[in-house]
Amino acid sequence: MYNASNLRKGLKILIDKEPYVVVDFQFTKPGKGQALYRCKLRNMINGIMLDRTYRSVDSFESANLEQRKMQFLYSQEGHFHFMDLQSYDQSALSAEQVGDAKNYLIDNLEVDVLLFDGRPIGLTLPNFVDLLVTRADPWAKGDSVAGDSKPVTLETGYTLRVPPFIEEGIKITVDTRTGEYVTRVK
Amino acid sequence: MSPASNDPSSLLERETLAGKKQNLWLRAALVQAIRHFFTERKYLEVETPYLIPAPAPELHIDAIRADGGFLHTSPELCMKRLLAAGYPKIFQICRCFRQGERGRRHLPEFTLLEWYREDTNYLALMDECEEVVVFILEELGLPPLMQFQGRTLDFQRPWNRLTVQQAFERYASDPLDQALACGRFDEILAYEIEPSLGFPNPVFLYQYPSSLAALSRLSKDTPGVAERFELYVAGVELANAFSELTDSVEQRARFEKERAKRKEQGKTVYPLSEKFLRSLSYMPESAGIALGVDRLVMLLSNQKEIDPVVAFTPEEL
Repeated sequence: MYNASNLRKGLKILIDKEPYVVVDFQFTKPGKGQALYRCKLRNMINGIMLDRTYRSVDSFESANLEQRKMQFLYSQEGHFHFMDLQSYDQSALSAEQVGDAKNYLIDNLEVDVLLFDGRPIGLTLPNFVDLLVTRADPWAKGDSVAGDSKPVTLETGYTLRVPPFIEEGIKITVDTRTGEYVTRVK
Repeated sequence: MSPASNDPSSLLERETLAGKKQNLWLRAALVQAIRHFFTERKYLEVETPYLIPAPAPELHIDAIRADGGFLHTSPELCMKRLLAAGYPKIFQICRCFRQGERGRRHLPEFTLLEWYREDTNYLALMDECEEVVVFILEELGLPPLMQFQGRTLDFQRPWNRLTVQQAFERYASDPLDQALACGRFDEILAYEIEPSLGFPNPVFLYQYPSSLAALSRLSKDTPGVAERFELYVAGVELANAFSELTDSVEQRARFEKERAKRKEQGKTVYPLSEKFLRSLSYMPESAGIALGVDRLVMLLSNQKEIDPVVAFTPEEL
């Protein structure tokens, strides 16, 4: 159980039996009055945002969330399948739940899958992932609008800009938080 | 220079602190101006203990425990005991502590200016409140018209006065009696009314419902309201004042009521300050006011949040 004074950015609570994360909150307290907490919350299952104002007397149940190390196996018909590295149980996430993380999901990649009441609802990628360049056009010098970089396509289908010396068949490290090129894998 | 001074976090801290220089100079000058104003008017500056055994039992103000007692949430009870003992004009600038109060305009440790005067009421304090702020502006060399976050503030006297009833009629989605009945008074005040108060002139919001004044006298002329006001400038609550309740029986009853409510909500129930209650029998008709010094600095330095006007926030320690 939490009460309103525990509210913080990042706190995960249960509202109408669904897990929400506090993404923003403002504390205020009119003179001699009660503390008020105006919160923006994101539903951790469907991503829908919610505005709520809580008072000092309000309390919340904590959401039963658990993170488990899993390995990406394959995707099929809009679902992404993972295997729990401890129990070897398999779980699936929908394309919406995976979101942009699909750009980095290669076979055997280890990720943290978030479970709510035992059901998978999302995943956290490692900060850096090494990916193979599957298509790179030769760099046309002087043709460049965005400076000294060119677009390439990776094995996951993700397209990003890299330095001109990156060629097809090379592996590069990508920062999954920004989606940007970090370095060439030696 | 030691090598440690080059690490990024200490550089960032130096930068943050250096960025506050102008505000901290203004803050220091403002405190001097306050002292100048009150000493010129023959007020006695007093210092009362921060560590006290029994804070005033107010439902929504939580004291921080310290060494078997509590850090004071305001110097009110001790200052009133001085008033009752024959100190007719007193002021204090002190740190106050309130558990869990942290927001854009709240710090759990903050600076209050509190002053009391005998033989007066809350209406006269409105005048004196205008006088002290205008005096501060003059001492700091600030014009009465200034910009705050892109809007104009006009400190020229007299300032506006608005009853709580009128404020609800003008700005709120629900009428006052309904807001009180369904427990939405604070919410409506904070989100629907306060943001509109104090543009361009400061405004005194006054005549609070009697249920919302633990230590103030009830109005003799208007039934159901307490002689209490709050000063708002640019949507910021700057001061709280009232004609002091001097009836010790009534005061004890109100304290007991607040204590019962605190108990019901599972909050710490503070011991009753018997010495304060006893002193009330000697207390003259008087009025007192508390003004948030940090917030005044915030307004005069055109900051929309409180953090840049204090050297260190709790998170920066």
